[in-house]
Formats: sequence, structure tokens, C-alpha cells
Amino acid sequence: MTSVINTSTDTGGPYDRLIKRDKVHGSLYTDPAIFDQELRKIWYRTWVFVGHDSEVAQPGDYVRKRLGLQDVIMTRDRDGELHLLLNRCAHRGNQVCDDVKGNASAFRCPYHGWTYRNNGELVGFPFFKGYGERKLDLALGRVPRVDSYHGFVFGSFATEGPALLEHLGAASGELDRLAQLSPEGRVELTAGWLQHQTRANWKLLAENETDGYHPQFVHGSIFGVTGSTIGPLYSDSSTAVTRDLGNGHSENDLRPEFRKFAEPMRWFGTTESRVPDYVAAMRAKHGQDAERILIEGAPHVMIFPNLFIAEIQVFNIQPVAVGDCVQYSTAVQLVGAAELNRRMVSQCVGSVGPAGMLLADDTEMYERNQAGLASLTPEWVDVRRGLNRERVDENGFTIGGATDETGMRGFWRRYKSLMEAT
Amino acid sequence: MTTVVSTQMGLGPVPQEFDRHAVEQLLYREARLADEGDYDAWEALWTDDALYWVPVGGEGGDPQQQMSVVYDNRNRISTRLKQLRTGKRYAQAPASNLRRLLSNIEFLGGRENADGGVDLEVGANFLVIESRSRGMRLWGGRTTYRLRRRDDDILLAYKKVVLVDNDQPLPTLGFLI
Repeated sequence: MTSVINTSTDTGGPYDRLIKRDKVHGSLYTDPAIFDQELRKIWYRTWVFVGHDSEVAQPGDYVRKRLGLQDVIMTRDRDGELHLLLNRCAHRGNQVCDDVKGNASAFRCPYHGWTYRNNGELVGFPFFKGYGERKLDLALGRVPRVDSYHGFVFGSFATEGPALLEHLGAASGELDRLAQLSPEGRVELTAGWLQHQTRANWKLLAENETDGYHPQFVHGSIFGVTGSTIGPLYSDSSTAVTRDLGNGHSENDLRPEFRKFAEPMRWFGTTESRVPDYVAAMRAKHGQDAERILIEGAPHVMIFPNLFIAEIQVFNIQPVAVGDCVQYSTAVQLVGAAELNRRMVSQCVGSVGPAGMLLADDTEMYERNQAGLASLTPEWVDVRRGLNRERVDENGFTIGGATDETGMRGFWRRYKSLMEAT
Repeated sequence: MTTVVSTQMGLGPVPQEFDRHAVEQLLYREARLADEGDYDAWEALWTDDALYWVPVGGEGGDPQQQMSVVYDNRNRISTRLKQLRTGKRYAQAPASNLRRLLSNIEFLGGRENADGGVDLEVGANFLVIESRSRGMRLWGGRTTYRLRRRDDDILLAYKKVVLVDNDQPLPTLGFLI
């Protein structure tokens, strides 16, 4: 298949002909050449969410992760420092780590016994006389920049570039909001991850995460039978807003709806009488401010390109091929909130993953989208919804209605600038 | 690597009041009702304290603290089936075409239940062939059932489905496995 990218035309950037203000070209989801460029220009350059530092709580802990197509070992060394090591022996490319997680001070390649410390250093290799020396100038590959925010670990393959906080921009405030829901101000991701294979381009997922237009339709089956209060949050008359947070990040800000009801814990589908110890701990910690925090609840934010936090659920999207990706999902765990944590696991298990009563239906839509995009016409995917009523909020962010495609347009602006960067 | 079935912990002797033929017929019927999407008849097999569990990562950890593909009590089984019956559970609308085989049926022992009786624990291997528009898929693994006698009937109190590939990314599992 020939790529439709043509870098020789247009006065603007090469993606001008594929990404318009109100529509994007279908080939962006189906062209393998574009996917290859995305790996280089997005996945192996910008900050990408990898995992959480609570998954490697103790020195020596490690867990296998994906970053783009890379098989990455997230380790914590004996000094407590985090590393993202590439699972490839510097000798002949074999994988040095085959367990999905564990605790080890070193990784030993099964092929010829080369051994690496969990910070990536080569510590030894058998029969050194064949090299004429005991030390070699070799090590495991690594993701050169690793940083975390509230324990959410990100990696960037660019040795230089914007700092993580600069990349997160306004989205860091959403992670603050999440952490603030812990009486100790700490989030953990310790419930393990479901892995949901998805035969669709990763961007269909990223776009859908703050699409407030689909829930009533895709999730009508579950809202209807459970009497869920989620549906009205995304109705035509909802006061919630979709916010372009900049840098490709976006959110469905549901706080206006929760403020209307002004009921603590309504965001979690419960009442304070059901979780009295938690509410008491939050009031002790936050005083006057507790009421607001307990009413406003958790964020619903998509952090470019692959971290999605849907209140109590966390998703890590990783691409596999142009039409194939994996969604990793787990439950938020709030330190000091025992009453909430089991409920969060239970709700999350009911909602997400291959059999989830929400996500299985989203995923069915992603896969049907991908199949539909194989059709030759009308060529474009429309993202104009809400352009007629967008406005700028008091902090300078573009906002649309609860069901508007404001978040998607922010995603594509960021995508285009990264893909056109040299 | 195949995980050792660890469900034999806490098991007593096989209770006497279960006829092997009757038990097999129940398991085959449960399989057929799931294959054919006969949700009402399938739901009627369960006890009120039912648990339907599809763990990940081998046998799974503590299901109250670790993620599972499915961890349904009786109430959530009911919700899952209500959603399926709407006809708008898109992950299963249109429904998958399914047929499954059960084999290696073993009576593993007896397990005390909350009613003070003893449930029969049965293990079996299974293979499901699923056809959807995305293609054919084989699902295989080991199921542990707990069966309870009530008068002349045998009911299903527990079904744990350990997929052989539950340590890998799994596609959407919209049907009853």
C-alpha cells in the first residue's frame, strides 16, 4: 500500500492535507507508513505513560511493560531509583527477563549467561579470556528520560526535550485532583492490569476517551438496566464541559453536574453514610475544603498520547500495529481509603477489560470503526461537533459542551505538531 | 507454563449424593445454554450465593483486591444478563456463534457451603470455538465448578474459568464462558 503522505506539497506542514480543523483523513488510522512515523515521532519521542511506581514498591522489584513496540523492564534499584530498561541483551539481542514481574538484583541472559544489574549495567560475562578483558563497554538499552508525577511513571526516548511537567501542563492539575482524594494524598496502582486486545488503531481510543457524545448510545444497555446516574452527565442538557487542556490533553469536566447536586460521594455512586471512615479522614485532612473535594470527585482526563483516567479507572493504551493495540486497565487505589479501595476494584472489574460491561462495548465500537474506515469514501472522519458553540473559559482553555468534540480537536492539533516536528 | 490447579485446598471427601451421570448432564446443559445464549435458563442454574469468576494471571490472586476479567456475584450475574437481553450489548450483538467441548471431568471433593451443606467440587477442561465477524477464536482452559443439591435439582454455586492464555492480552469476551 502506498502512503498518502506527501512531504513535497503544501506550503504548510505535510499533515495539512490530512488534518483539518473540522475533519481528519481516514488514512491516519489505516496507513502503515503513518503508523511507522508515529512510532518515531510520538511513541519514541514524547513522554509516554508506562506504569506506576507502586508497582515496583521495593528495591529490586521489577515489572515488564510496553512502550510503543518496546519490551521494557521497569525496575527499582537498590538506591530506590526507577529505570526503564530495554529487554535486549547487549551481546546477541536475546531477552534478559522472561518473568512478567518479580524481585531481582540482576538479570541473567539465558543464551550466554551475560548478567546485568537492575540499573542496566553489565556486571559480567562467562569465559572473559575470549574478550581479552573483564570489562566491556556495553549495557542494557534504556529509556533515557524517566520521570513520574504522583507516582505515574512516564518515559521519553528523546534525550532532550520538554520536562515531564511541561508536557503534562494543565493535565497535572487533574492528577493532583486524583491524589487529593486520598486522605494521605497518594494514589497506588496495585490491583494488577487487565490486558484487552483491540483490533483498532490506537487513536480511535484516545479520541473516544473524552468523547461525551457516545455514552448514551454505546452504553445505553448498561445505564438502562442499572439505573446508572452516568447517562445524564453526557446528555444534551448536561452542564458538564469538554475542555481542551492543551498539549493534546483533554477532559470531560463533570464538576458542574456534581456541584448541582452538592452531594458528597455522588461522583462515586454512593453516599457518605456508606463510607463514613473515609469521609471522616478526608474532613480531618482537608477541613473546610473537604466538602468541595468530596462533591467534585475524580477527574475524567485523557493525557496525550496514552494515559486515560476515568474517575476510578486507569487505562494505558499501547499500539501494536496500525490496526491493533492493547488497552491495559486497572483500578485506582487511594492510600488511606480502605473503604473505597475494594469497591473501586469491584466497580472497575465490572466495567473494564475484555468482559467489562462498559469497555467491551467501547472496544466493539473501536473495532467496527476500524473495519468501517476500510471503506474508500467519504474518506474523512468528521470532528466538527461543537465548533459552533466553543468558548474560552476563565483560564484561557477552549471548552465545549458535554457532548462536543473539543477534546478530539485538541488531540489532533498536538498530533499534527509532533508529526511535523523535525 | 501450566499452572497447578490450586483449588483442591480445603477440600473434603467427595460427597455421596451426586450421581456422576447427573452431574455430567448438568455441566453439558450449562455449556449448551451458554453457547446458545439461553440467558433465562442459564440464570436459573445458579444459587443465590453464586460466584462466577474469570481471573487473570493464572489462578488469580485475591479477587477483592486484584483485577479479574469477570468477578460476578449473583446480583452482578443478573445485571450482566439484563444487559445482554437488551440486544444492545454491542460486544454480543450480534451474538457470537459458539460451541464448546467439555472433557476430563473430575470429581475433586466436597466443600462446605454457607448453608451448612457440602458442595461437590468438579474440575473439567474446556475448549470453546467462537465465530464473530472479526474471525474465529479458540478459548481454552480449566473450569472449577461447585455444585449444590437442592431437592431433586443440582444447582451451580461457583464457576471459576482459568483461561490458558489469561496472562496475555485477550480480545473482547462478550459471551458467557
